[in-house]
Amino acid sequence: MAPDFDIPILTTTVDKMAQWARRSSIWPVTLGLACCAIEMMSMAASRYDISRFGAEVFRASPRQADLMIVAGRLSRKMAPAVRRIYDQMPEPKWVISMGACASCGGVFDNYAIVQGCDQVLPVDVFVPGCPPRPEALLYGIISLQRKIDQQKAFGYARS
Amino acid sequence: MPELRTEVLTVNMGPQHPSTHGVLRLVLELDGETVLSIAPTIGYLHTGIEKTAEQKKWQQVIPLVERMDYLSAHSNTLGYVLAVEKLLGTEIPERVTWIRVLLAELQRLNSHLVWLGTHVMDLGAITVMLYTFNERERILNVNELIAGFRMFPSYIRVGGLREDLPAGFHEAVRDILDRLPGQIDMCEGLLTKNAVFTSRTRGVGVLSRADAIAFGLVGPIARGSGVAYDVRKAFPYCGYETFDFDVPMGAAGDVFDRYMVRVDEMRQSIRICRQALERISPKGAHAANDSRVVPPPKDKVYTEMEALIQHFLIFSQGFTVPAGEAYVPVEGPRGEHGCHVISDGGNRPARVKMRSPSLMACQALEKMARGGLLADVVAVIGSSDVIMGDVDR
Repeated sequence: MAPDFDIPILTTTVDKMAQWARRSSIWPVTLGLACCAIEMMSMAASRYDISRFGAEVFRASPRQADLMIVAGRLSRKMAPAVRRIYDQMPEPKWVISMGACASCGGVFDNYAIVQGCDQVLPVDVFVPGCPPRPEALLYGIISLQRKIDQQKAFGYARS
Repeated sequence: MPELRTEVLTVNMGPQHPSTHGVLRLVLELDGETVLSIAPTIGYLHTGIEKTAEQKKWQQVIPLVERMDYLSAHSNTLGYVLAVEKLLGTEIPERVTWIRVLLAELQRLNSHLVWLGTHVMDLGAITVMLYTFNERERILNVNELIAGFRMFPSYIRVGGLREDLPAGFHEAVRDILDRLPGQIDMCEGLLTKNAVFTSRTRGVGVLSRADAIAFGLVGPIARGSGVAYDVRKAFPYCGYETFDFDVPMGAAGDVFDRYMVRVDEMRQSIRICRQALERISPKGAHAANDSRVVPPPKDKVYTEMEALIQHFLIFSQGFTVPAGEAYVPVEGPRGEHGCHVISDGGNRPARVKMRSPSLMACQALEKMARGGLLADVVAVIGSSDVIMGDVDR
């Protein structure tokens, strides 16, 4: 009897399937700190439309979010709050450092600003710019998706 | 029936909250749904910009002040630049002034579009944000056209402008001005007579005229409460007295009146933009004739020794500004952006102080929201249009 090739079957591993699902629906937490937050909103709005990449569901509660976009300059007073929000997010979770200020302090090399949010958070993707264009942030999210594709779904600590 | 135990609940709202528009933190005391008190806590975005400005040369301060109130970059720059030019005593060509006016008004439109989108999104009308951000992108295209940068073009410089207007500037601005009134009407059509919107905004967050004055409020919040104060009319700068425009006023001082004032302001801004665009010739002077601050044109730098020296001096050690102090207020999207500049005669400012309208709006939040419902706090914050970068600096 001839095999019936019309049955829609896809073979994959559970690992790949899980990572595919994770990277296709990255829900960011609304963490708008400064100027970059406006460009983050532009990215979510009509012209750039982040929902094409499945990441449009901005969650106000960190407990429902997968991704933290640190959008803007991180002051010393805000840093403990941001770390606490990060700790409240469930695993697996990722961090994008958006803009020069969040990545390295930017032009604000002074007493008030944390010189890079990687001092308090494990950052996955840095997006340069002051503020980055929405396209740049989109590229950051696509880069993060590629990174998630290469990660293991189970049994490994996130690196 | 046993008596229910009640207590006053203290709730922390922010600094991470979608409707506090940045990192504003409010400590609320609630009796059920009623707000007993609000204590705004600021400083979560303190950037030390005023202190950093003291380490920069005069021209280098411009990118810093742009990042204070990040929705009104041109207005901040304009205040700073006018203050420095007052100290320098530079005569600015008329054409440059008109271009500055045009950019400042486009910036106001830009800021109000963001405000409109986010404010009504907080109240549940998500559609409007998608429309207003679409229009905002068109205005950002103009910024990109003149300087290659969307949000902070640093186009207005001490002594004039960075460079002359690019080809196609007039057409690009005219396209926006022709399109925008219809879009504003459409957004207003979705909101002004909407039963849900009016019931969430009318009579909510009322601020009396006396309170608005007592809190030192300026801009659309004060005008929504009936305080007829607009820097453009009261202390005209940049030749605003020669433009024909009205200052929209409210009476009730509630969230709805502040909304109407801002929407009408957008229409007035379009009027000013049209008049300014008429006056701007496509080619002409883009900076003052002041060799102290304005670098010589590039063809002279390459051919004349003196021009090369002057170019080198301006870009290496910067220019000096005579000792003294100057305060110049400009009408930004949120009200009076005052810039107080002190010079000790050196090539760096001794002090740059911004009088930011959002800080005053922040302290009036308590007055506006106390006694109201918890859900109305969101409406009040949105209508006060505070920008935390402007509050904390």
